[in-house]
Amino acid sequence: MVDRTQPFRFPERDACVDSFDRGSVHAVKKIPAAIVGPGNIGTDLMFKLLRSELIEPRYMVGVDPDSAGLKLAREHGLEASHEGVDWLLSRDELPGIVFEATSAYVHVRNAPRYKKAGIFAVDLTPAARGPYVVPPVNLLEHIDEMNVNMVTCGGQATIPMVHAVSRVVGPLEYAEIVATVSSASAGPGTRNNIDEFTRTTSKAVEVLGGAKRGKAIIILNPADPPLMMRDTIFCQIPDDADHEKISKSIHDMVAEVQTYVPGYSLRAEPQFDVTDNGIARVATFIEVRGAGDFLPPFAGNLDIMTAAAAKVGNEIARHLLDRAESPAGEN
Amino acid sequence: MPYSDDLTIRITDTSLRDGSHAKRHQFTEEQVRSIVGALDTIGMPVIEVTHGDGLGGSSFNYGFSKVDERVLMKTAVETAKRAKIAALMLPGLGIKEDIKAAHDQGVSVIRIATHCTEADISIQHFGMARDMGMETVGFLMMAHSQPPEVLVRQARIMADAGCQCVYVVDSAGAMILEDVTVRVEAVRAELGDDATVGFHGHENLGLSVANSLMAVRAGAVQIDGSTRAFGAGAGNTPLEVFAAVADRQGIVTGLDVLGLVDVAEDIVRPIMDGECVKDRLAIIMGYAGVYSSYLKHAYRAAERYGVSGAEILMECGRQGLVGGQEDQIIQIAAELKAKAAA
Repeated sequence: MVDRTQPFRFPERDACVDSFDRGSVHAVKKIPAAIVGPGNIGTDLMFKLLRSELIEPRYMVGVDPDSAGLKLAREHGLEASHEGVDWLLSRDELPGIVFEATSAYVHVRNAPRYKKAGIFAVDLTPAARGPYVVPPVNLLEHIDEMNVNMVTCGGQATIPMVHAVSRVVGPLEYAEIVATVSSASAGPGTRNNIDEFTRTTSKAVEVLGGAKRGKAIIILNPADPPLMMRDTIFCQIPDDADHEKISKSIHDMVAEVQTYVPGYSLRAEPQFDVTDNGIARVATFIEVRGAGDFLPPFAGNLDIMTAAAAKVGNEIARHLLDRAESPAGEN
Repeated sequence: MPYSDDLTIRITDTSLRDGSHAKRHQFTEEQVRSIVGALDTIGMPVIEVTHGDGLGGSSFNYGFSKVDERVLMKTAVETAKRAKIAALMLPGLGIKEDIKAAHDQGVSVIRIATHCTEADISIQHFGMARDMGMETVGFLMMAHSQPPEVLVRQARIMADAGCQCVYVVDSAGAMILEDVTVRVEAVRAELGDDATVGFHGHENLGLSVANSLMAVRAGAVQIDGSTRAFGAGAGNTPLEVFAAVADRQGIVTGLDVLGLVDVAEDIVRPIMDGECVKDRLAIIMGYAGVYSSYLKHAYRAAERYGVSGAEILMECGRQGLVGGQEDQIIQIAAELKAKAAA
């Protein structure tokens, strides 16, 4: 059994470990969490959660006994099993939060089981059983929901920028995002179901971005060395829109995203333009460099997903801890 | 092995798809009716009609269509008496519903295109198209950028997914003669009887007709081009020229050469905004290996930001941009301008 009195071991490659004040977390109660899906995303998320002051990543769940992710999880003090969600739900202490990093198909099956067990689910697949959450847009709006969805990597990278424009000029007639990711960072989940990406992202551009009509395009680029994730966000704006205000809102939003994704940056100043057919637009160019927790820095698309999920998980944990400490929670 | 009992090879005209780039996606129903009607008469077996960037391409990034492509596809289907109507689709931009919608308009050939290292994103689309009874073609785009052994693996993925003919696509017009031969031969050897091979050329380095001939000699049985080269970059393989060359070589295309030169001159040319020519940016595309549909976008960005279009395209080549990354042209132009000001 894992000795939980010992501090967690941090991975040597973890660049953020020096900035983490281990002394401050000693006696604080944490919410136990499980990660289902020990692939790249799940493993990267584990490293982020190991730094959390509110979440204790306790279980890693997979289906393949030879999974490298399960082995790595054990090395970092988690209980890991290849026996799937059946194993997880038969633990003496259930997790308060489960992070699902499998596939849309698997999450659709698992979601009702988590709910029945009273476990909050943060869904990193495009299954979208629960409402979309993009932290700088609606972090707290669905905090009581038992299941929230993290949209897609492209959605996490671009919807804050759509929102930055719509919060200045009001609902947008149309917004369009182009996400380019390195081929090396696009796993089988994305590849086998690329339509899910475009569908889910364009829907979330509408629902969260504030566009009446949204469109999403994803491009895989095999350049070697792999390029960083790049995103271009086109928003249709009124002819008389205040360009300075829009630019400022975009810069402010970039700073907000940087609080949880340090490698998120503008590649150029927002570009204002009128198309051939007379439509005024602003184009925003983003690059996302990953934190390098587990995945290489070029995989900014995966980093922004796990960073957003960790941020949402922390808020849920804070909410659960507050509830447990409040007098009402003790009844 | 010839394409069929009647044809050595089968030709597909892409004037109304790749030509959409040259037209900045402003085709009208009348123009579609006119071109399809004329090509149908002279025996064009397949005519492709879609937004230049494929189904769902109407966008800020690629340019908005004047007329909804579904309306244009339907017009083409209603006009053609013999020709099959084809549509292009790029996974990541279009989705399965777009293929269904094209099928509903009467489109019978679906051509699914991926960058030549990313064939696995097309698997579901091929499967669905075959289930619907559509004829399937796969495009390995920017095929100049990868050696034959890579193309072979990607072609296999498409064939196994239900693709009936895998095209070696010279999107940048960058291939030079034997570049075509080795790629087509390798893919053909890999696919055997599982699928046939095609070739799609561009005129950027002035070799599209010769390259297409090399492809046929290497075993390709489907060839793309555009009447009057009406297409992207310096244009596509000019079909009236290729038909004449094929005829002299004893390659049976089923096309009426005398009829096709008239269609090129009398019907297609008046619809074009200008000839597709090997101007400096078009040549640079072939030279730097840049996706042909970037041409008009590079011109526009060069003008808007007051920078060199050739430098924009060279930078696109250096960064290894692939099809669909038109958004990066604006960013590169803005960066060049900022650099010049510094």
